[in-house]
Amino acid sequence: MEHNFEPVIQVNDLTVSYHEKPVLWDVDLAVPPAVLMAIVGPNGAGKTTLLKAMMGLIPATAGEVSLFGKPRKEAMRRIGYVPQRTAVDWDFPTTSLDVVLMGSYGRLGWIKRPGKSEKIAAMSALEKVGMTDFAHRQISQLSGGQQQRVFLARALLQDSDVYMMDEPFQGVDATTERAIIALLKELREAGKTVVCVHHDLQTVPEYFDWVTLLNVRRIASGPVSSTFVPENLKKTFGGRISFLKENEEGVA
Amino acid sequence: MIFSILQDYTLRHVIFGAAILGIVSGTLGSFAVLRQRSLLGDTMSHAALPGIALAFMITGSKAPFILLTGAALAGWLGTLAILVITGRTRIKEDGAQGIVLSVFFGIGLVLLSRIQRMPSAAKAGLDKFLFGQAATLLTSDIIAMLVVGGTAMVVMLVLWKEFKLLSFDPEFLTASGFPTRTLEYILTFLIVGAVVIGLQTVGVVLMSAMVVAPAASARQWTNRLEGMVALSGVFGAIAGISGALISSLVEKVPTGPAIVLALGCIAACSLLFGPERGILSQILRRQRNRQTYAANRILQGLWVLSLHHKEYQHPHAIDTLEALFTISRGSVRGGLEALASQGLIKKDSIGRFALTPLGREKALALEGEQS
Amino acid sequence: MNAHLEILSIAVVVAIACALPGTFLVLRKRALISDAISHAVLPGIVLGFFMTGNINSPLLMLGAVAAGLFTAWLTELLAKTRLVKEDAAIGLVFPVLFSIGVLLVSRHAGNIHLDTDAVLLGELAFAPFDRMMIQGTDLGPRSLWSMSAILLLNSVVILLLYKELKLSTFDSGLAQAQGFKPHRLHYALMTLVSLTVVGAFDSVGSILVVALMVAPPAAAFLLTKRLAPMIFIGALIGAISAIIGYGVAVLGDVSIAGSMAGACGFSFLVVLLFAPQRGLVAQQVMRRTQTLHLGVRMLVVHLSHHGSGTNQMDENECRKDHLTQHIAWTASFANKVAESAIKQGFIMPHHQVLKLTPKGILVAQEAMTQ
Repeated sequence: MEHNFEPVIQVNDLTVSYHEKPVLWDVDLAVPPAVLMAIVGPNGAGKTTLLKAMMGLIPATAGEVSLFGKPRKEAMRRIGYVPQRTAVDWDFPTTSLDVVLMGSYGRLGWIKRPGKSEKIAAMSALEKVGMTDFAHRQISQLSGGQQQRVFLARALLQDSDVYMMDEPFQGVDATTERAIIALLKELREAGKTVVCVHHDLQTVPEYFDWVTLLNVRRIASGPVSSTFVPENLKKTFGGRISFLKENEEGVA
Repeated sequence: MIFSILQDYTLRHVIFGAAILGIVSGTLGSFAVLRQRSLLGDTMSHAALPGIALAFMITGSKAPFILLTGAALAGWLGTLAILVITGRTRIKEDGAQGIVLSVFFGIGLVLLSRIQRMPSAAKAGLDKFLFGQAATLLTSDIIAMLVVGGTAMVVMLVLWKEFKLLSFDPEFLTASGFPTRTLEYILTFLIVGAVVIGLQTVGVVLMSAMVVAPAASARQWTNRLEGMVALSGVFGAIAGISGALISSLVEKVPTGPAIVLALGCIAACSLLFGPERGILSQILRRQRNRQTYAANRILQGLWVLSLHHKEYQHPHAIDTLEALFTISRGSVRGGLEALASQGLIKKDSIGRFALTPLGREKALALEGEQS
Repeated sequence: MNAHLEILSIAVVVAIACALPGTFLVLRKRALISDAISHAVLPGIVLGFFMTGNINSPLLMLGAVAAGLFTAWLTELLAKTRLVKEDAAIGLVFPVLFSIGVLLVSRHAGNIHLDTDAVLLGELAFAPFDRMMIQGTDLGPRSLWSMSAILLLNSVVILLLYKELKLSTFDSGLAQAQGFKPHRLHYALMTLVSLTVVGAFDSVGSILVVALMVAPPAAAFLLTKRLAPMIFIGALIGAISAIIGYGVAVLGDVSIAGSMAGACGFSFLVVLLFAPQRGLVAQQVMRRTQTLHLGVRMLVVHLSHHGSGTNQMDENECRKDHLTQHIAWTASFANKVAESAIKQGFIMPHHQVLKLTPKGILVAQEAMTQ
């Protein structure tokens, strides 16, 4: 593919299939540095699958993913990950601080335990998401938004160059939403690239500057201003999207 | 009396064995319970039987290490079967475990019945693995238990961080660059180890309790994984020792069931009396909430009533108040008492109640919260 | 009837009676509750025996079913407090109940003719000795009669509640919305399981009951997607396994129950390997042919993405060597795919560049809109 930028994430011809059924068809993507990118598409479009396949959490049938010009496997440590909040059992006996510390495990490697410097880093990550007071709180006592912020802090501790987030705004309160947005912008300022699976079309232009429209195959990918247009959205969502008409000007 | 018991050679073995078993299965069981694979212990203990039988048939020896190796191999095969069935078909974990548990055990029975018909004089004593016969523990058995259990504990401590993340968020473990499948495998294998050392003491059927009960109990007392694992080991040891003692003191009480019943008591106490989470504190909290709710309603009611009078401190008879609220009479009285003791209302000489200035403030604040 | 035939008919009836509720347990992901209940009924039986003093009294059956339901109820209650998960609740309850049973037996071992070994392991070989006698007429083995009655009951209940069970198994929420009370159905099912367990283990032992309740329905699950056939196939596989198991037991002079459980595993293994679509062998074969089929479709989709066959072709992306670079295929597989696509007339090679034919463009569009 031709770009006028050096892509941070490059996805070539990525196909993922469960048995015979392809859930992602030949997806090409190039994401520039220091952008906030939303992956948008209807239910069952393969948004989470794309995110996970990019990280190698799901085996790809074909295609390749490279980061910073290297094969993904070699650059794995440079990816931070925020899974869907509901993917884990929050009744697990541990504290917010401990969950955040899990973000250091990858860098520590086998056997080594997080020490003082990791704890300091974890506390500052908690501070960034406004959760300092909850550091020693049992995680089941946190609200949904607070749990999401703990997950974000954990990803921050991974100290990565690329962040992959699976629906970070799903079911969070207004405070958390603001905190996440502030954090994403801060990451972008620091030159990091953030990829989010995102559900809410209305907020895409406000929160993100890069977007990938997906429906099993890639419909379009590029800057929000030129890509998030009614024509592409119609191609992505078919006739199923009614609010578009009312919002057409706003979106374009 | 206890002292004289401890001098008993057999009993010392039993107590020591049961304690080792309790510690090992308690600590490792925590991970099985947290990963919602509580019944893995049950499955693995059944799956081990054909390994034990086969190891004996091949070697003709009953040396603990040989039998334990057989059991571990069979457990490993069972783990593999579960992974293949759940990984490659749409049968879920429970179904795969059910198949492995019953089929492996069935094959074990076939082999045992074969052994029964063998002319060898050494055949006796294998069926102790079914129900456990702690009294037959020898020094060599204890050494075997120590070695297997000790190894398992060391591996658990070394891979602590990895196992913790595996239990909490396996996907993040993969994303952090660890081989999740392999770690899962190692953890399961450690549980096989715990099961293997428990077979001779409590037997196949009751082994499942050794894995589940200490961990489920410990969870009720602590919110930290470190605390849970440690406490679980302690609970396991306590149950093991007390079960062994009870079965030696009371006639006709087999060791296995005695240990399991001790575990049952620990679990019942923990579920009932655990701080914060326990059933009792749940009930108390609910009751407290209900009382606070009732008191607040009454306070607001008094305030609304006072609006009809010139003076907000106008007193009202208890009957009026009882008729006013949809909550039960008892809780109206209780609520009034509680409010009075907090100085929010006061009772006059003929038993009527009126708001105090403090009460009026609180009522207004409540009104503010609700709007 | 000779003894062999009697044992065989008991085994077949037990197998079918187990497969009926077993199918629902497997589908509801509650397979292990069969293991729990089969152990937890012991104290019920023992207490029933204490009350009647008669091992053949129907009260024993009642006590056992009550104990089985108690297990299901207590498990659910514990899970509902949210202090422990359901799997841990099961693992807590049944060993304790079983221990109470064992304890009761061993405390009163002197005057009870109840053997925990027999409960666990069963001894089908003795079943024909216990005859059903009415006014001096021998009507056959007692367990054949009792298991037939249980089989009949299972069939009738499942037939009557078929629609409700089906709905609540596949979509509990919808069932509730339609007023079917999935909760009551759950206990109805648990009653059948308890009853079947109690009836069966007297002759075959609790482990075989678990094997018969889980393995044949699980095997059937790999053979069909539909509920009714699954029940029939499960019953059939159970019956066949019982017959095979008995044959092996007689020939090898080994434990009948164990051998039957082993045969259940063997049947499952055969199905697991050779099931027409979902078997491991079929999966392997399909993977091989499918990868080629999928590969061809991927190739045409890829080419169409990059305008091959139109005047906006991106030559770089449509080169043959690109396939090995970006799609990460091996050279030999890329060759195979390209050859197959050429043979089917989807693409035309033009120097090193692959051009889609009009037919190929159509195939690509079809693949994507699927």
